[in-house]
Amino acid sequence: MAEIETHEYDVVVIGAGGAGLRAAIEASALGARTALVCKSLLGKAHTVMAEGGIAAAMGNVYAEDNWQVHFRDTMRGGKMLGNCRMAQIHAQEAPARVHELESWGALFDRTDDGRIQQRAFGGHRYDRLAHVGDRTGLEMIRTLQQHAVQEGIDVYMECTISRLLKDGDRISGAVGYWRESGEYVAFKAKAVVLATGGTGKAFRINSNSWEYTGDGHSLAYWAGAELIDMEFIQFHPTGMVWPPSVRGILVTEGVRGDGGTLTNSDGKRFMFGYISDYFRAETAETEEEADRWYDDKLNNRRTPDLLPRDEVARAIVAEVKAGRGSPHGGVFLDIASRRPADYIKRALPSMYHQFKQLADVDITAAAMEVGPTMHYTMGGVRVEPDTGAATVPGLFAAGECAGGMHGANRLGGNSLSDLLVFGRRAGIGAAEYALGLGSPPALADADVASVTTEMDANFGSDGDENPYTIQSDLQDAMHTLVGIIRTGPEIEEALGKIADLKGRAAKASVTGSKAYNPGWHLAMDLRSLLTVSEAIARSAAERTESRGGHTRDDYQETDPEWGKWNLSLSQNADGSMKLEKTPLLEIPADLAALIEEAG
Amino acid sequence: MTQADTSHLEPGTSRTVTLRVFRGDASGGEFVDYTVEMDEGQVVLDVLHTVQATQAGDLAVRWNCKAGKCGSCSAEVNGKPCLMCMTRMNTLDVSKPISVTPIKTFPLIKDLVTDVSFNYEGAKQIPAFAPRAPDAADGSYRMMQQDIERGQEFRKCIECFLCQDVCHVIRDHPENKPNFLGPRQFVRLAELEMHPLDTADRTEFIREAGGIAYCNITKCCTEVCPESIHITDNAIIPLKERVVDKYYDPFRWIFGKLTGRD
Repeated sequence: MAEIETHEYDVVVIGAGGAGLRAAIEASALGARTALVCKSLLGKAHTVMAEGGIAAAMGNVYAEDNWQVHFRDTMRGGKMLGNCRMAQIHAQEAPARVHELESWGALFDRTDDGRIQQRAFGGHRYDRLAHVGDRTGLEMIRTLQQHAVQEGIDVYMECTISRLLKDGDRISGAVGYWRESGEYVAFKAKAVVLATGGTGKAFRINSNSWEYTGDGHSLAYWAGAELIDMEFIQFHPTGMVWPPSVRGILVTEGVRGDGGTLTNSDGKRFMFGYISDYFRAETAETEEEADRWYDDKLNNRRTPDLLPRDEVARAIVAEVKAGRGSPHGGVFLDIASRRPADYIKRALPSMYHQFKQLADVDITAAAMEVGPTMHYTMGGVRVEPDTGAATVPGLFAAGECAGGMHGANRLGGNSLSDLLVFGRRAGIGAAEYALGLGSPPALADADVASVTTEMDANFGSDGDENPYTIQSDLQDAMHTLVGIIRTGPEIEEALGKIADLKGRAAKASVTGSKAYNPGWHLAMDLRSLLTVSEAIARSAAERTESRGGHTRDDYQETDPEWGKWNLSLSQNADGSMKLEKTPLLEIPADLAALIEEAG
Repeated sequence: MTQADTSHLEPGTSRTVTLRVFRGDASGGEFVDYTVEMDEGQVVLDVLHTVQATQAGDLAVRWNCKAGKCGSCSAEVNGKPCLMCMTRMNTLDVSKPISVTPIKTFPLIKDLVTDVSFNYEGAKQIPAFAPRAPDAADGSYRMMQQDIERGQEFRKCIECFLCQDVCHVIRDHPENKPNFLGPRQFVRLAELEMHPLDTADRTEFIREAGGIAYCNITKCCTEVCPESIHITDNAIIPLKERVVDKYYDPFRWIFGKLTGRD
């Protein structure tokens, strides 16, 4: 075969959202020769769409806040399935990561005394989210992007990684293609950091961009790493529902954090009817208390509108099912009748424009129609909490494609902080591993060739299947059969469809040349989409209980026995998927005591 | 945004529309008509996706968020530069074919995708943010909201590069590109210059490498900005004033010569 373009680095970071950028910045700062490889242009990754804020217990609004309370909120929000060490590190380090962004140029909204303003959000005891209106993700990615550029980090844009390679049992590099030219490219690397985000494009209604095809999950799995918690999918309760073309686009939880309430077709604030026993002690039971809470969090309990996302999403589904939904199959989200127009425009400018331009709705005058949208993948690559190391030497993961941090359900605002905290830690982990490695791993020509052969095979034009149709059929199957409310027989049906779709994907036909060919790119992305879909469905079939982002209609109770186990996936030698129950990391007594304390 | 008559499109109905899309690469190309079904509420990008999924799988177009937040899907629709994800079909006259062409100012890669590396190279040249020391031991700073609001306006930029696309200095005169960074980078420079924590002086850079004197304030950049940033009034003109103050103020010039400071 012809030689392909090859680059050599200590650390290759795949994905340039918040986690990837933060990892690359740290690895580079430690002296590792670092490359950042991303599918889109720099600064366009999905982090840019994050709206509400970065959760960090800085205590700027409520001095009572601290890492211990944040830790407790995170663990309880994740229905106690999260990795307690990750939740601890996250809560402890998030404030410093936010201050660091400020020292790199970020301009967060301020309190009256000039500190970083913090906003209320679902599941958080105190006002905790550092934010910039409702465009916090843009501020974060731009700050990190500009810092990375300033540091001179090599960035490979519009470059997709197709496979990771190993030398023996350890990582040796990655092979992929330039989207622009269709040419192949190899990276020889001592360490690889995966920071590729989630799996949203496996579902019909989602808030994610085209890039979210489960690449990092799949690259790790194919390379022999373990995935955990793949059954837990977060359906954000408030996506747009009308018109059809915008269905799924996110409506920030900040609308509720800043005073908006959910109502049904009777005009009733229905969330008061959906307070589970688990959260009863910390949730307001009357509208009066809920409304007082916005201004006085010390003496009032949180409005049920801001229960964790899994609880709110299920409540919306139940209201719609009971015939109390909005005209287009959602419920109402009303801030117009509760806050002055100029306040809404100032606090939620993106939401104002989004509804005005895409739905002809003025949110300062009328209620929005909202419904659940697939938003976040809790499950991911199993990592060491302190270093982000996966179970394959030389492989690291951070952000949404890593598992464990959020347990069965992620709290809003904990994603951006996760990206910063664990992006940095994975950058350190990868750099220290790479710089400490004696002999560099070898990249075998034959292995590289096998990947390019596979990519060539996906360029086939003699099949009769359209890759876009296959993706669409997969999205329908996952949404209807492995969606918010699941049953055993439906999940089995989904697995059958996934197997069928795998066969069809092998016959996908691509037209045109290899130069910037989205049809070919999608044909290749189908491999990872189908892999993560199978992982989600297999795990969902196995977990016979309901917990967080996994609700089984045929097993509606949360089972304490299941609360002791993660589901772990790895690849058998024959290519099939191995599913195992692995014990949850035990919570040390000092951390357990924090959770027991009254909230 | 003006709203066209939508009476022809009742809820739940759809109708056909023809997109006249530029197909080609640096070596040349042609317009190809695609007629597809259109649903209520769709934007131009939705219809292009229908074309991709049903008739032209290899049609090259950039997009990410589909909500006006990432700035990837810039193109020219009926000759007007815009974000395709925020351009509603009901604002266009769909009784005629709708032309979709790549943004003009940057070299074509394929179809609707252009080589925007000019903008990334420009960003690399900008002298870095240089903050003062933190105000508190925990690394935090104190800044008042009113002191950061101008900077926050500039940081709304989604890097769609439409301002660069419509800027006459480079749209009509590509030969100016090596000497001119364009409105996007002036917004960035203004943000740094007005940042309450920043300690660097970029006036020389703005004048020399930035080439701000090329801008003749036609405000095309401001008009096209999807984030409604007042690029000309709030970024470019203040930067021009700084340059003038430093280099063309006769009293300052004499003072500089006499004292040896410039």
